[in-house]
Amino acid sequence: MTNKAKSVSRRSLLPQSAFQWFVVAMLLLALFYYLMPVYVMVVTGLKDARNVSMATMWRPPTSMTGGGFIEAWSRLRPNMANSMIMAIPATIISAVIGAINGYLFSKWKFKGSDVIFTLLLFGFFIPYQSILIPLIRFLQMIGWYGTVPGLVLVHVIYGLPVTSLIFRNYFAGIPTEIIEAARVDGAGVMQTFWRVILPLSPPAFVVVCIFQFTNIWNDFLFGVTVVPSPKYQPVTVALNNLSGSFSVDWNVVMAGAVVAALPTALIYIFLGRYFIRGMLAGSVKG
Amino acid sequence: MEHVQSPAPPTVGQSTQTRRRPFSWERILPVAILSPTLLSSLVFVYVFIVATFLISISKWSTLKVDWTVRQPLFATYLDMLKMPRFQADLRNTLVFTVLFLICAVGGGLLLAIVLENSGKVSVFFRNVILFPYALSFIVTGVAWRWIFNPETGINILFDAIGLNKLLALFGAGPFHPGWITDPTVVLKINPLIAQLFPDFTGLRAQLGIPLALIPVVIAATWQLSGFAMAMYLAGLGTIPAEVREAARIDGASESQVYRHVVIPMLKPITMSTLIILGHVSLKIFDLIFAMSGVGPGFATDVPGIFVFEQTFKATRYNLGAAASFVMLVFVCAVIVPYLASSLREE
Repeated sequence: MTNKAKSVSRRSLLPQSAFQWFVVAMLLLALFYYLMPVYVMVVTGLKDARNVSMATMWRPPTSMTGGGFIEAWSRLRPNMANSMIMAIPATIISAVIGAINGYLFSKWKFKGSDVIFTLLLFGFFIPYQSILIPLIRFLQMIGWYGTVPGLVLVHVIYGLPVTSLIFRNYFAGIPTEIIEAARVDGAGVMQTFWRVILPLSPPAFVVVCIFQFTNIWNDFLFGVTVVPSPKYQPVTVALNNLSGSFSVDWNVVMAGAVVAALPTALIYIFLGRYFIRGMLAGSVKG
Repeated sequence: MEHVQSPAPPTVGQSTQTRRRPFSWERILPVAILSPTLLSSLVFVYVFIVATFLISISKWSTLKVDWTVRQPLFATYLDMLKMPRFQADLRNTLVFTVLFLICAVGGGLLLAIVLENSGKVSVFFRNVILFPYALSFIVTGVAWRWIFNPETGINILFDAIGLNKLLALFGAGPFHPGWITDPTVVLKINPLIAQLFPDFTGLRAQLGIPLALIPVVIAATWQLSGFAMAMYLAGLGTIPAEVREAARIDGASESQVYRHVVIPMLKPITMSTLIILGHVSLKIFDLIFAMSGVGPGFATDVPGIFVFEQTFKATRYNLGAAASFVMLVFVCAVIVPYLASSLREE
């Protein structure tokens, strides 16, 4: 207590020790490093094509005309829609199945269930390049190659390991006595899930949905390989095409980057707490 | 299954019959409900990996599907290892992974310690530093590509802040690096290898540090160091204040407390972070694809891009599959021990 009081009384606006100077310097450096690309993206996007000159690239725009945003939006809008109708169903389906899986893996362990769970989790870490050729042949076989439902299927299947993991870790924290009590009352496996577990799950659902939506929205590899037609490609692929074509001005590309980043950026800004929990849940053992 | 293991007396006939639990849905149902997930994982992960391996040793190198095994066995792998491009890819993966882990994990630890000591502003800074993690690798690649374009980006900032005027005062030339367009490879060890193994002529790439990889490391660190920082902040939160207090009472200075007490206690976090970010780095694709592509003289090419181009551009399916299998082996070398150890802990 006395120690705390001492440090409070010592606190002033100016750093006191060399270590405090170091902290302040590091914070300023971090501010520059982490915000500079965001600044460049927004500022360049807001300029008109003729104002995007090399000499003024670091300066703010002189007039507010919407810059590259109008063209970027009109080019990316169809792909933003594709990403939405891909990411939302894939997120919901993989979250619901992941919740059931996580419940069974944590509360209804059977012989070998931990080993089987680890084998399932392996699928979260593999480089997806190593399954792409068979995957595409499979999708061609069932006629879903090049379609948004095909992408949804892919994201659900490869999302299940991590959604199951997050729910499993979350449910591990729920006392087993609650489950036992439900069983004594005669509730079966799924009844216990609907009546007891599900009402306790909203926080886990928020974490999983944010994590999954971000992952799926940001995916590029599946989008570029499973869907060859630009008309149905997600926005990450469209943005990459935009930046690769020489006929497009840089202000449009930068505005496009801001547009494509907006959904996940907004989620981060408004639901950051849950975002961080999901990010750590994928790695810290529960 | 369970009744076999249950401590039933080893008598025969009737008594085991009566002791056997009645058939119960409660034990079958969990497995039954899990079976679609497990089946899809079996097919889409394990069977597909085996299929990719079979493709990698097959003759399927055109659009025409051909599953017959190419002789001699692993000939495609040998061809690939002889390609200067793939040798450069292996070099780049190694160099990138080492530099990136040092910057991202070291930087993450440093940032976590700084934030721990920055009082009220720490939440704001945490949110700023973690923000890039929410973005797509493609967005990151597009933004940093513009910044590290030698004609447009950060070089102009150097001019604007007068760095080059300062250098001119000291008689030094202007600092205008080529960044992602620079094909130079520094710290080459080719002469050393030639001296040590004069008979070995298979080395077709320059082994060293490609300068063009440095901007890529900076961009990847921008995106992922926040993850390491968040891991360390979570870890710092679990260290009881008494532990540090005890060290201070023993006369340790603040930096000694970190060096000898805090950082050693964070070792499990360091391991997890190295493994997670290390495996991300081994399979990196989108960021480099969007930022610099294969780079000048394959200076920023990685196996992920190699697989993509050989499979989907050149339709050399066996070659693409072989490279992807090498990627899988690299990732497994890091991830399998990690998964096995977390399984043992349970």
